[in-house]
Amino acid sequence: MLGPNLIVLYALLYLGLLFAIAYWADRRADQQRSVIDSPTIYALSLAVYCTAWTFYGSVGRAASGGVGFLPVYLGPTLIAALWGTLLLKMVRVSKTQRITSIADFIASRYGKSQMLGGIVTVIAVLGVVPYIALQLKAIARSFTILQSYPEVQGLQDVQTVPVLHDTALHVALVLAVFTILFGTRHLDASERHEGMVAAIAFESIVKLVAFLAVGMFVTFSLHDGFADLFDKAEAAELLNPFIASPDSGYQDWFSLTLLAALAVMMLPRQFQVAVVENSSEHHLRRAVWMFPLYLLLINVFVIPIALAGQLEFAGSKVDADTYVLTLPMLHQQGGLSLLAFIGGLSAATGMVIVETIALSTMVCNDLVMPGLLRRWKHVPPSVDLSHLLLRIRRGAIVVILLLGYLYFRLAGEAYALVSIGLISFSAVAQFAPAMIIGLYWRGGTRSGALAGLIAGFGIWLYTLLLPSFAKSGWLPAGFLEHGPFGIALLRPQELFGLSGMNEITHCLFWSMTFNIGAYLLFSMRQAPNVTETTQATLFVDILKHERPVGIALWRGTAEVAELQGLAERFLGRERSRLAFRRFAGERGIDDPAMLPADAETVHFAETLLAGAIGSASARVMVASVTAEEALGVDEVLHILDEASQIRAYSRELEQKSAELEAATRDLKTANEQLKELDRVKDDFMSSVTHELRTPLASIRAFSEILFDDPKIELAERKRFLGIVVSETNRLSRLVNQVLDLAKIESGHADWKTEDVDLVQLVGQATAATEQLFSERGAVVHCDVPPRPCVVAGDADRLMQVLVNLLSNAAKFTPEGHGKVHVSITEQDSAGSTAYRVSVSDNGPGIDPADQADIFDKFRQGGGGSQKPVGTGLGLPISRRIIEHLGGTIRVESGQPNGATFTVMLPQTRGGGAANGGSDAEEGPDRR
Amino acid sequence: MRGSLLTRQRLVGVFLIGVVLLLSPALSLFDRADELAGIPLSYLYLFGVWLLLVVLAAVTVESGDS
Amino acid sequence: MPKKVLIVDDEPNIVLSVEFLMKREGYEVATAGDGQKALDMLPEVRPDLMILDVMMPRKNGFEVCEAVRADPQFGGLPILMLSAKGREAEMKKGLSLGADAYVTKPFSTHDLVDRVGELLAGRGA
Repeated sequence: MLGPNLIVLYALLYLGLLFAIAYWADRRADQQRSVIDSPTIYALSLAVYCTAWTFYGSVGRAASGGVGFLPVYLGPTLIAALWGTLLLKMVRVSKTQRITSIADFIASRYGKSQMLGGIVTVIAVLGVVPYIALQLKAIARSFTILQSYPEVQGLQDVQTVPVLHDTALHVALVLAVFTILFGTRHLDASERHEGMVAAIAFESIVKLVAFLAVGMFVTFSLHDGFADLFDKAEAAELLNPFIASPDSGYQDWFSLTLLAALAVMMLPRQFQVAVVENSSEHHLRRAVWMFPLYLLLINVFVIPIALAGQLEFAGSKVDADTYVLTLPMLHQQGGLSLLAFIGGLSAATGMVIVETIALSTMVCNDLVMPGLLRRWKHVPPSVDLSHLLLRIRRGAIVVILLLGYLYFRLAGEAYALVSIGLISFSAVAQFAPAMIIGLYWRGGTRSGALAGLIAGFGIWLYTLLLPSFAKSGWLPAGFLEHGPFGIALLRPQELFGLSGMNEITHCLFWSMTFNIGAYLLFSMRQAPNVTETTQATLFVDILKHERPVGIALWRGTAEVAELQGLAERFLGRERSRLAFRRFAGERGIDDPAMLPADAETVHFAETLLAGAIGSASARVMVASVTAEEALGVDEVLHILDEASQIRAYSRELEQKSAELEAATRDLKTANEQLKELDRVKDDFMSSVTHELRTPLASIRAFSEILFDDPKIELAERKRFLGIVVSETNRLSRLVNQVLDLAKIESGHADWKTEDVDLVQLVGQATAATEQLFSERGAVVHCDVPPRPCVVAGDADRLMQVLVNLLSNAAKFTPEGHGKVHVSITEQDSAGSTAYRVSVSDNGPGIDPADQADIFDKFRQGGGGSQKPVGTGLGLPISRRIIEHLGGTIRVESGQPNGATFTVMLPQTRGGGAANGGSDAEEGPDRR
Repeated sequence: MRGSLLTRQRLVGVFLIGVVLLLSPALSLFDRADELAGIPLSYLYLFGVWLLLVVLAAVTVESGDS
Repeated sequence: MPKKVLIVDDEPNIVLSVEFLMKREGYEVATAGDGQKALDMLPEVRPDLMILDVMMPRKNGFEVCEAVRADPQFGGLPILMLSAKGREAEMKKGLSLGADAYVTKPFSTHDLVDRVGELLAGRGA
């Protein structure tokens, strides 16, 4: 029913489906309609953490150690809660610097060091190859087991199969082809792979569904639920309910939790999906709980399956690592067996594809490129480098998978699945100090990171890898028992006499101690240089800077054409032109060739390049076509400091955005008022010039007439000269009034404060304007109290107001029968007494529409239908005088019954109750 | 995630709760051979804490200001 | 037969000076103190040219200009605007409303006389 061909067909169909999903997602990405722009897809893609090791190995481990395997998932669950800051920092740094891998990240953090990138790559490849071997082993074994369906057999010794007939080799080759298709199908060597992420998210669903299906079948179909299974297991003395191990207590529990927490962030494939492939920082939000939830779900049935397997296969040769597959097979569940196989396949392929792509990027950018760059200094490279990049990556994929196969072939059987995984975890955990401390501590330097990595990796080799070789028989076992050269203190698994730990805990303790110790020691030995300082600040303060500040940190000379040419070589012509055009567009420039060769452009070119060849290589390449001037450490710190200050300010502004909005509204209103003022001022200027031009026109015209024609009759000459004189007077009057108004408005006018008797003042004013009235044949009637009406004020200014009002009245009274009425009355208002002076005429009155602005400059009398009389400044000046003295002036007019101007002035003496006793000299300032 | 400093701080709180419940002597209190509803107490405790952490993290980020 | 010029301005002294200048050139002169009066006088006076102030009571110069241009009988009457409003925009407005010339106050008497002469000659040709 399930022959080898059929299983291969199903497996290939599944891989074909994966590829179709990836192809579709890539197409969508090209159309800017990303399918992976979803927090759920992101969280699912992180579940690439769960490999064949989880799918098959957890059960194996649970069968022997109970819940002892859980820290591998509890560690990530705990650390996920810190992703809000930790992973956010990593993601944001990587976005701004176009980080392509974890090697690139560490290299970039410590001054874009090629050496560091190379070392990280070597550690990652050596550390992860066994892990890849583990996946190959799992696929090959599950395939072999399923083949014998419906029989369940013990496994034959893999090593007896000739290499060319080895399933694992075929699996490795098929996976290499698929990984090349997933990861390097695109001609452009960009750092992101949307199709791969979509496929990985899909695989996460498949493996979870498959595992849950087997778990439910085992728990609820074979047995009567959890309690029933636990009862049976307990009866068979298979149940280990304890968390603490009998040998080392909680030590292993703690160390495994820590190790897994670090690994979930440091594994190249986890960095790839969590950081490099991240399409939005917002996606982190859901991953913080959805990823732990995924881990919880995929672990719920691990112990039941382990117990059920032990119950069923007690005494047989069936390996606990295969229970997920063999239990359905034993119960003749063909479909479920196939689903379990596909689930395991998805777990393994997901890991292999992402891990290999991540490693191949690292190998290409951080191992091969630096070498090529060195060679190109002597031999210029060919033009088409983007194809070369792809070839390097494809080659790296094949080599890595073959290395995995080699490890599997040579050492694979020595260890259970879980142990191989933990060896890899321990290797990549060595990145943690340089990564995590480097994200929070600026003092870390390149030499510190190098020393820490080498020390930690050395300890890992010595305490974990060499013993695994020894156990495989490649090294004499005496080396383990007695130490090298018989030095007991150097026994790899009891280093410096530290015993009572399992090998993983032992390795973790010593490697971290040496790693962190060397990192700190070497970092503090010498001060970081300029590039290290720059990068350290950019990384540590990444959350403080909204935008990358690297742009301001470059100074030198560059040619845009050379930068563009460089990008074209590595990215391909089309893609780099598109990128340059977009960048130019962002800066408001149509033609990329017109881009200024400034720091921003150079930074853009470098990050663009970094996305293809890694930051360290990109820096070298850009430096080769530009001439950079060195910046001092102090200078860099200064620039960065400024940038962070600016950020702090803008954050403050953000927080106060509501207040700001209100302020903006106020500002807008104020602006409008200012504009209105400007307009009024403009009108004022226009009016003043108009008023100046009119008399000037008469003066000039008559002067020219007189000048041109000396023979004009004397009478006419006198008349013309008279006009010139009167127009000149008019001009001076206007100039004086403009100056007067300006003086009052600016507050520079001299004001006397004295007792002024309004009765007396009205008398003087009527006397002064008597001439005007008699000329027009108008009669003035005064109605004033028989006693003095004293106010505090400036007699001359008040006189000015009264004369103005009276002469206005005279001008507007009808010729020959004008009547003007002047009165002073006492009026109580609001508890104080005021004098009311009114001047009424029987002229045409004032249109109600004009009454409001008759006191405005040049808005006098009659609006559009009547020529303004006088300068148009009399009433505005009067109003300012009265207001300055604490009074009011207004006009009433019942058109056509004339107009009444009323001045109210507060009294200071002469019977006012409120101010009766006060001294006029010390009267209240009413301004 | 960006901008929600409060959410990030609360998540650190969730982390600390997890550390106390899973990596401190509190763990040993439940590391016994007792059973509850037929299931070992230690298993119930571990998965219970796990679920609690997931729920706390979910409530924190999904109710936090975005 | 002498050409007839209608002077429209509310400033008596301006009217007086322009009137003197026009008479000296041998033109017949009529005057109006505001825009409305000028429009009322048109059929009776039938001037050959109008010198028009802008800022006037009852109807300002722009309105008068517009009204004249809209009238089929006097549509072709040359109009010289003589205004103290000297801003670019005001000059443009006057010319676009159909004025043939725009002279700002204070004006050169020679210039005014020349422009009036040109406009009258242009019409006669």
